[in-house]
Amino acid sequence: MAYSDKVLDHFKNPRNVGSLDKEAKNVGTGLVGAPECGDVMRLQIEVDEATGVISDAKFKTFGCGSAIASSSLATEWLKGKTLDEAAGIDNMDIVEELALPPVKIHCSVLAEDAIKAAINDYRTKNGLPELTDAAAASANA
Amino acid sequence: MSQRRLIYLDNNSTTPCDPRVVDAMVPYFYDKFGNAASRSHHFGWEAEDAVDYSREQIAKLLNVEDKEIIFTSGATESNNLAIKGVFEMYAKKGNHIITAETEHKAVLDTCKHLEKAGAEVTYLKVQEDGLVNLADLEAAIKPTTILISIMWANNETGVIQPMAEIAKLCEKHGVLFHSDATQAVGKIPTHPRETGVHLMSFTAHKMYGPKGVGALYVSRKNPRVKVTAQMDGGGHERGMRSGTLNVPGIVGFGKAAELARLEMHQDAERLSRLRDRLQATLCQLEETKVNGNENSRMPHVTNISFKHVEGEGLMMTFNQNIAVSSGSACTSASLEPSYVLVSMGLGDDLAHSSIRFSLGRFTTDEDVDMAVKLVTDGVNHMRELSPIWEMYKEGVDLTKIEWAAH
Repeated sequence: MAYSDKVLDHFKNPRNVGSLDKEAKNVGTGLVGAPECGDVMRLQIEVDEATGVISDAKFKTFGCGSAIASSSLATEWLKGKTLDEAAGIDNMDIVEELALPPVKIHCSVLAEDAIKAAINDYRTKNGLPELTDAAAASANA
Repeated sequence: MSQRRLIYLDNNSTTPCDPRVVDAMVPYFYDKFGNAASRSHHFGWEAEDAVDYSREQIAKLLNVEDKEIIFTSGATESNNLAIKGVFEMYAKKGNHIITAETEHKAVLDTCKHLEKAGAEVTYLKVQEDGLVNLADLEAAIKPTTILISIMWANNETGVIQPMAEIAKLCEKHGVLFHSDATQAVGKIPTHPRETGVHLMSFTAHKMYGPKGVGALYVSRKNPRVKVTAQMDGGGHERGMRSGTLNVPGIVGFGKAAELARLEMHQDAERLSRLRDRLQATLCQLEETKVNGNENSRMPHVTNISFKHVEGEGLMMTFNQNIAVSSGSACTSASLEPSYVLVSMGLGDDLAHSSIRFSLGRFTTDEDVDMAVKLVTDGVNHMRELSPIWEMYKEGVDLTKIEWAAH
């Protein structure tokens, strides 16, 4: 199976690899997937509490090239977005941007799940209710 | 920068043709193009002579009689012919077949097919080292058992099964013994008669011959085994496999067998040295595990798990330079972890982290050095990226985490 140039680029030069302080109040961490399934993504966001804008994003991923590219791309997209805008990122946007083949769509789903999990972690830490799918959908609309 | 040769360490999926094999084949596409079944003219006689000579070379490699070699299109067909052919031929004796979970799909799926036709099949689990447990095997034998099918050497781990011991059990209980010896023939001595194997499948393209030609050894005496043909037609190959013989392919197969007989031992000696070096150096990396019994293993194969690194991603770091596989080529399109490693008791996480290295006649010392360097760099790169490697290094117990399986 041939990978798209964009997947190869993100795989070879992954953006924003690393960790943020998961104990910090303004950091949200999403850990999704399972080693048994061959994919684990950890995505972290740092939120500017004054503006509600994501000021930094980091990831680490155990998985195939598409999983790494999906999470790398997600961190690029997250920076500078408000939490509501971030919640609206749809996995199909990632599929389209990276030209993922059908067998790799689950990688983009995992990246979307990781984004939502990171947002929810931040919201829970800050006493906000968790995002529901409906809220995410309205943010997306 | 000059174009560097791609390093091929996936010889268990297929081997390149030896140039001497191709040289032997070429005349049989042009001047000597006859049909080996044409009995009335020179072209046919010439082709038949060539087939006879090849059959003799293959028989010599196996130390069996020429007539015990049935040519097929490859090992998949041989496995189908052996298992379906025995099931049909010996239907009056019983309907029970015993095989192992780590067999190739050509055996497993053939058995599954026969289950729909009334066969009862026992799929044995293997031990952690990949070997069939002989007590389990004997316990599975019943009065209705007609066939035991156990591979000589495994394609993913290179583990060699205790063939002689299994054969003794077969003899004791009066059961036919078939072996898929695809990965073993031409690489290590495989002598079915001395070993007690009654039917044996193998193919040319795993031993430096061409694709599209294989054979089934069928014992002619003590016991005289017969299989029901799976294709109807001209009654070629003693009625067991109809179809015009692939003469150029068979000539190549014969040459490959001749070369294997003469060069197997020096190849095996050289490759085991290279393999051991590759394995020892890669295992200097932290958290690695060699899969399969290292004392009963093909000389050119090693299967290594690199913990907390996903195999497909790892391969992507070096697949511009090295060709390896994370399982059998037949399953590498799927996202499932190797069923062979899972049957050996590896967790899915480790099975996802495994790479098979299979060396071959044309692998050089430089290839191995380069592979070691690139794979080491790849593992280190992927571990930098891996959240579970980070957790492992922080001392997090990964088994205690509630993973969200998807």
